[in-house]
Amino acid sequence: MTLAAWMILVPFMGGVACLLLRGRAVAWVGLAASAATAWTCLPLLRHVWHSGPVRIDLGGWAAPLGIGLYLDGLGAMFLLLTAIVGLLVGVYALAFFGRGREYARMEPYFWPVWLVLWGGLNGVYLSVDVFNVYVLLEMVGLGAVGLTVLSGTNDSLVAGLRYLLATMFGSLIYLLGVALLYAQTGHLDIFLLADAVDGSLPVLVAFGLMTGGLLIKAALLPFHFWLPPAHAGAPAPVSAILSGMVTKASFFLLLRIWFVVFPDVTAPVAGQLLGVLGAAAVLWGSLQAVRQTRLKLLVAYSTVGQLGYLFFLFALLTPAGGEAWSEGWASMAWTGTVFHVFSHGLAKAALFMAAGCLVLAMGTDELAAMRDIAGRLPVVTFTLGVAGVSLMGLPPSVGFVAKWMLLKASLASGQWWWAVVIAMGGLLTAAYVFKILSFTFVPVGGHDANARPKAGPKAGRNVDQGANEHQGPKNSGVPELRPVPALMTLAALTLAALCVLFGFRAEEVIALLLRDMGLEPPFDAVLIGNIGGDRP
Amino acid sequence: MTTFLVYSLTAALLAGLGVHGLITRRHLLRQIMALNVIAGGVFLLLISTAYRNQGDFADPVPQAMVLTGIVVAISSTAFALALLRRIYVAQGQAQDEAQDEAQGQAQMDAQANDVSTPRDESTP
Amino acid sequence: MTMTSWLPLIVLCSSLFTGLIIFLLPEERSGWRTALNMTGATVKVVGVFVMAWGVLVQGAVYEARFTMGLGFDFVLHVDLLSLAFVSLSSNLWFLTTLYAVGYLEGSRNRSRFFGFFSLCVTASTGVALAGNLITFFIFYEFLTLVTYPLVIHQGTPQALAAGRTYLWYAMSAGALLFLGVVGLQTLAGPFDFVSGGVLGGMDDVGQWEARVIFALLICGLAVKTAFVPLHGWLPAAMVAPAPVSALLHAVAVVKAGAFGVLRVVQDVFGKDFAAQIGVLEPLAAVVAATILFGSLRALMQNELKRRLAYSTVSQVSYIALGAVVLGPLATVGGLAHLVHQGIMKVTLFFCAGIFAQSRNIHRIDQMDGLGRTMPVTMALFTIAALGMIGVPPVAGFVSKWYLAQGGIQAGQDWVVAVLVLSSLLNAAYFLPILHRAWFRPCSGNLGGPGPETASGSCGIWEAPWMLLLPTLATAFFSLAAGVFAGWEWSPLGVAELISAGRGAFP
Repeated sequence: MTLAAWMILVPFMGGVACLLLRGRAVAWVGLAASAATAWTCLPLLRHVWHSGPVRIDLGGWAAPLGIGLYLDGLGAMFLLLTAIVGLLVGVYALAFFGRGREYARMEPYFWPVWLVLWGGLNGVYLSVDVFNVYVLLEMVGLGAVGLTVLSGTNDSLVAGLRYLLATMFGSLIYLLGVALLYAQTGHLDIFLLADAVDGSLPVLVAFGLMTGGLLIKAALLPFHFWLPPAHAGAPAPVSAILSGMVTKASFFLLLRIWFVVFPDVTAPVAGQLLGVLGAAAVLWGSLQAVRQTRLKLLVAYSTVGQLGYLFFLFALLTPAGGEAWSEGWASMAWTGTVFHVFSHGLAKAALFMAAGCLVLAMGTDELAAMRDIAGRLPVVTFTLGVAGVSLMGLPPSVGFVAKWMLLKASLASGQWWWAVVIAMGGLLTAAYVFKILSFTFVPVGGHDANARPKAGPKAGRNVDQGANEHQGPKNSGVPELRPVPALMTLAALTLAALCVLFGFRAEEVIALLLRDMGLEPPFDAVLIGNIGGDRP
Repeated sequence: MTTFLVYSLTAALLAGLGVHGLITRRHLLRQIMALNVIAGGVFLLLISTAYRNQGDFADPVPQAMVLTGIVVAISSTAFALALLRRIYVAQGQAQDEAQDEAQGQAQMDAQANDVSTPRDESTP
Repeated sequence: MTMTSWLPLIVLCSSLFTGLIIFLLPEERSGWRTALNMTGATVKVVGVFVMAWGVLVQGAVYEARFTMGLGFDFVLHVDLLSLAFVSLSSNLWFLTTLYAVGYLEGSRNRSRFFGFFSLCVTASTGVALAGNLITFFIFYEFLTLVTYPLVIHQGTPQALAAGRTYLWYAMSAGALLFLGVVGLQTLAGPFDFVSGGVLGGMDDVGQWEARVIFALLICGLAVKTAFVPLHGWLPAAMVAPAPVSALLHAVAVVKAGAFGVLRVVQDVFGKDFAAQIGVLEPLAAVVAATILFGSLRALMQNELKRRLAYSTVSQVSYIALGAVVLGPLATVGGLAHLVHQGIMKVTLFFCAGIFAQSRNIHRIDQMDGLGRTMPVTMALFTIAALGMIGVPPVAGFVSKWYLAQGGIQAGQDWVVAVLVLSSLLNAAYFLPILHRAWFRPCSGNLGGPGPETASGSCGIWEAPWMLLLPTLATAFFSLAAGVFAGWEWSPLGVAELISAGRGAFP
């Protein structure tokens, strides 16, 4: 299975190729590399599906000497998410940057940086060497900052620098933990480490440092300060990448470190602390999102809130130490959390992409400017709505599946207070999603409730301008919308549709996720190898 | 073991100093420098682990790690500095509102005078 | 997959795909849109009739089941109760669409309106066909989402405020319902709706846990059912256009809540188990309070649609009354009222819409002499209003009669008292309208933007047939459902079958 190595190599090579090219060729080569990466992902997933986790020792050197790549169900899920969102963001970016000089200027920078970033992400999901992961995380961080400052405006530069400082700081703290751990155990491979760690003080400190460093990068509540300006200030495809994918890489590592390396060391109180921080993030982030008046900032604060849900897992799974894993709800919490990663990745990327369409059409992202958007850009509004539904965790969507499992796990484990937070978070999410949507329904100009405006001269459909739903203004006072390339709208809509689709086909994804995690399937119904079998 | 302890304590001291600087200094340049101080501490700890067993040979793995780490730190710092310069160019003499006005005004002026060409390759 | 599992899906998807395609239609293609709407509605009505035929005559079982991989199945199942609701909503969808096409002619954003309208009907079909609590919940929440754009359709500040109110009520209730559903599944595992209830047979469900879950579920459903004190959104939502009001009050939303109460009490807990753990009495108190309070508030309204809205608050609780009073007769009355209230209330809202649309009449004091100028519309209004009061032979009388009988049968005489009092109040707020319209002279302040009438004219002017025809049909149904109540397959007959346990889940 050298395919795993290709998952990292293909985007890197694509990035280098993009760096060497000029003009529109950059975009096409970049898109081709994206498609190739996504394509490489498929046989890898099939392999994990059929024969369980894969481990490759690069260059034929076994673990203590060489650096291994390892892919299990969890990594496969993250790879899959990155591949889906990455490919669609690529399609979106193709149209986004192809609209005139000011955007074309960014294009030769976007593709190489993004492809290297993608390679780094894949590396994080595949690597089992804690130091190697540090290098890859730095690569992801640098790439993310590079994309943040793409537009070169003053705000985005400042936001990017703060982001860079935060992520560098997080990485260094993490590296400090790695150094301590290496000093104590002499290992870097996570599976060797898992056997070697004990409850001694340096190990505990290392654990704390590594967790802390990753929390900064994952933007959990007290460390979230860098996230909203960076995500809101970047161009739309970049925001989708940052929110949908980059924040997930650090969380993935947290999962690995907590539940593979240190499962016996974690204290219940630490888990509860993370849970409380997560709960605070859910409530505070969502509340901030409700208060925003700009679309992209709102969506960015929503990311702070949504990331909080992920940290309930640590609270749910730590109380009984390693024993909690044998409980039925443990796998429910686990699946629910990963599903939430999935849901948020898809839905947030869709939201940012739809927001990008709106900003492009209106020229601003003020919520108050979004008058009558529902009438004039219905497909974009629909995308906003569907993605919002998934964020709220309402059926039928993958967000519903995630929330269902998290709620059930928290009730079944007796930690019902998380269920209350989840319910309140859902309400706040609904508040800000509908805040966006209600603005789109405001008609242009004072519109009397009982008046029946004459359907004046029918505005001809402006097909030439390339927008499916773009229509000429109905009243003379309406600010004219600029055309939105159909490809952008479609890419966002596809992501939103995937949110719904994965909600209906949860079973296969769960089976893939739990591949040799040492977990029982959450429900008797889900038996690997018996998928689609007859049910009583 | 005592040598290792001395190294570790020094490393911890350096890292602590850096964290202190990062938190208390609002000037972006100083924050970048503080990060480098932390990095120095971390690398010191890492390199000292190579000889932790007092054996006949030093462990090559930490040395390789430090080498890699330095490369990463240098590129990050270079990127951060490039960004900082772009910010000065974009803002002219103005400071970022988030920064402490009083602190580091002198350095900024000095730096701004040095910036002759607004072109910068690292960011579009 | 055989025909028996395809048919529920077809019925569900007939409106779903209609809605989705309509979104993509350009605004000007009103002919296409109407054709599509009507095709979808016809497919749905025919599908429901085939299913009704199959269930009632051939004893067929229609069920579509998918595994969701979450420990529960997505189940669409047709039993008599769902049949009653789905035939109501599909037929009224057909008529309301016809009405809405006429009503909204020439206004803006019609593609959006009809798209969401179809989705709304999809949701209520799903609510009706849901075979377990989770499927029910999925469609129930979907209903909240798709009605919101209809409520704020006009985009005015009042509409937006009403939408916000509606959302806050509905989303909070949804969160409670979600907790209840998840809690129930955690306690009792996945189960389908079973006539007579499931929980009573389970040993591991403690009384207190059952009570808490019952409270969560009922609170979650209470908002849409508009139980006092959670009814506030319903009068506020009156700012929406008349077809939307009809949809909210008769076809989908309020009905979905009442239907859910029926399902929870009868098919999840079971009346006997619910009585055993002592949760029916508090619910009965709420229901009785809602019936009386709604009628009292209706009395105080001068605006026609608000009066009708409070009337709905009161009338829908009759359905819940059937669920909380022990004994089969009350159940029959409640179930029959599910259908009866739907067709009568939709008639009233159609008429109110016609008044508002053609004569710009919104308040009751503007209705003087309306019977002279719009005799047909006013006659239809009168039929439905008399039905609401409970005058034989209109449908409302039948359900009230059975409810009262049920109360006596169960030895709960307060039911009769509540019914009599409520009927008196109904008469008190409907009869003055009828009196004004028929016996007062035509006042000069009629008029407004009615296209054919000059301002102040008292000549006969009727609504266009697109508006009148659906109203005529629903009024006819309200009359027929009362007159032919003895027929085996009238709403009452079906209700009796349901209560006798036939056609329930095998």
